[in-house]
Amino acid sequence: MKKILVCIKRVVDYNVRVRVKPDESGVMLDGLKMSVNPFDEIALEEALRIKERGTNAEVVAVSIGVADTQQQLRTALAMGADRAILVQTDQPIEPLTAAQTILAVVRKENPDLVLLGKQAIDDDANQTGQMLAALWDRPQATYASKLELDGAKATVTREVDAGLETIEVDLPAVVSVDLRLNEPRYVKLPDIMKAKKKPLDVVSLESLGVAPAVWLKAVKTQPPAQRQKGVMVKDVAELVDALKKKGLI
Amino acid sequence: MSKILILGEHDGKTLNPSTHKCVTCAKAIAGAEITVLVLGADTAAVAAQAASIHGVHHVLRVDRPENAHPLAATFAPQIAALAPAYTHVFGPSTSFGKDLTPRVAALLGVPQVSDLMAVEGAHRFRRPIYAGNAIVTVEADAARILVATVRVASFEAAAATGGSAAVASRTLDVVLPTHTRYVGSRSGSTDRPDLQTAARVVSGGRALASAENFKLLYDLADKIGAAVGASRAAVDAGYAPNEMQVGQTGKIISPEVYIAFGISGAIQHLTGIKDARTIVAVNKDPEAPIFEVADLGLVGDLFQVVPEISRILGA
Ligand SMILES: Cc1cc2nc3c(=O)[nH]c(=O)nc-3n(C[C@H](O)[C@H](O)[C@H](O)COP(=O)(O)OP(=O)(O)OC[C@H]3O[C@@H](n4cnc5c(N)ncnc54)[C@H](O)[C@@H]3O)c2cc1C
Repeated sequence: MKKILVCIKRVVDYNVRVRVKPDESGVMLDGLKMSVNPFDEIALEEALRIKERGTNAEVVAVSIGVADTQQQLRTALAMGADRAILVQTDQPIEPLTAAQTILAVVRKENPDLVLLGKQAIDDDANQTGQMLAALWDRPQATYASKLELDGAKATVTREVDAGLETIEVDLPAVVSVDLRLNEPRYVKLPDIMKAKKKPLDVVSLESLGVAPAVWLKAVKTQPPAQRQKGVMVKDVAELVDALKKKGLI
Repeated sequence: MSKILILGEHDGKTLNPSTHKCVTCAKAIAGAEITVLVLGADTAAVAAQAASIHGVHHVLRVDRPENAHPLAATFAPQIAALAPAYTHVFGPSTSFGKDLTPRVAALLGVPQVSDLMAVEGAHRFRRPIYAGNAIVTVEADAARILVATVRVASFEAAAATGGSAAVASRTLDVVLPTHTRYVGSRSGSTDRPDLQTAARVVSGGRALASAENFKLLYDLADKIGAAVGASRAAVDAGYAPNEMQVGQTGKIISPEVYIAFGISGAIQHLTGIKDARTIVAVNKDPEAPIFEVADLGLVGDLFQVVPEISRILGA
């Protein structure tokens, strides 16, 4: 294991509830707290643990996004990534374009493993890892809750609807991570200082030969249907009664 | 005209109800011709089930030993070989579909629309973003094959009977990769109804405080014929297995009734239950956000409330 590439997406922090713009053109993002996508943080933590387990793999964080995405990459460097690459663009990037872009980085970097979150909590698409694996013609292990490396192979336990599934993949491979793989470390102040000196390369989509496409047109964005506020009952007898009346138990 | 290929989900014996829900979604596209594809080692039984779904016109079987387990790396090239004869490829938004369809889309060089919740036209759909806090209407290019996952909680299952589709077997000249191998699986299969399709769901959060205490909920569930769910906090703490997690990153469900005990109602959890017909919340904190969405709420200690409900309902 010489090199691990970790994909990082800048997203609205998971504690923030987004609101739809009155003109339905999208969601209001101005001034909202932005963070590393929580699943990507778990992916990075796993890469760091593999490094610290004695493999000494180089951990490279890569992101695609606006100039301010440097903040999230600095967080990744403070957590312990060795260097970072920002593919800077102001365009919205759909998963297929993201996969094509990461593939271009993969071709330059030749990692043994690509780790990324199973989904980003903004568009909840759950596509990029699988698309990257397809374009790269390599294995995918999605929704990982356990990852064991053994030479040129990895054994991955996946969270699936029926429970847990274990697969074995040849490396290099793409592993998309689920919530229970690990608990990411907290960043300490000295690490933030150190991270400022770590290399962060900024490149353009054009330099990677990627032309961002608008594959899907967002026609309008609306708030979800609201549920009516219900009633409070005073005790268990009343609750059971109400449920029985509705034919629910 | 729309020709829709639905990726049938099954365990070799039984077709998963997610397939029936995809059929309902496909039927919402005017004049759609619907084909269900089943890949497996021996799909005779599940192909017959697919053929009898109301509204299905064709069933395609691709049987080969490598298809014994649904590995995306193995399935995707076979689906990509069949896809050009269709305008749409639909998979369910289950772990099976979510793993597989993006790999198919990328092989075809087309984008994917995830989690279709409403059909507005053959290439125009609504889908949730930001944990369901916004709904976006998207339009895809009609000149390309449209790959999508269908948000199963948004559609009723098509009737399992009433159809009489022709079943055809196909042999595909596709070289399959050997870089991905199935090792095994563990499922906490129980006699309780399946969480994703159950009409009644009883669910517990961090407040349950132990796996042992979850038995209170299993007992109640068995009394009323319910499935059991859990919050992420309860799963993370090891009180319940991962397949019980409900929410943005767990299962999105739409039961007739969802009864939450000791769950605070974080947005990530609420995303998973918004489609429940009736939400019932029991929480000792009157300010818990779950009460904002609950149809029936009771402020109380679940350790008193659950046994009391069980007692009132009798043996
Ligand atoms: C990226 C991401 C994805 C996530 N995905 C999910 C997801 O899919 N599903 C999910 O559920 N969460 C998810 N979460 C976590 C979510 O934010 C919450 O942390 C979680 O839902 C809290 O679970 P809880 O309600 O059980 O625990 P808590 O928030 O701790 O709530 C416990 C509740 O129990 C009540 N209580 C305590 N004792 C009693 C008692 N004796 N009787 C009655 N009530 C009692 C308390 O008043 C409190 O309201 C996600 C978080 C992130 C960051």
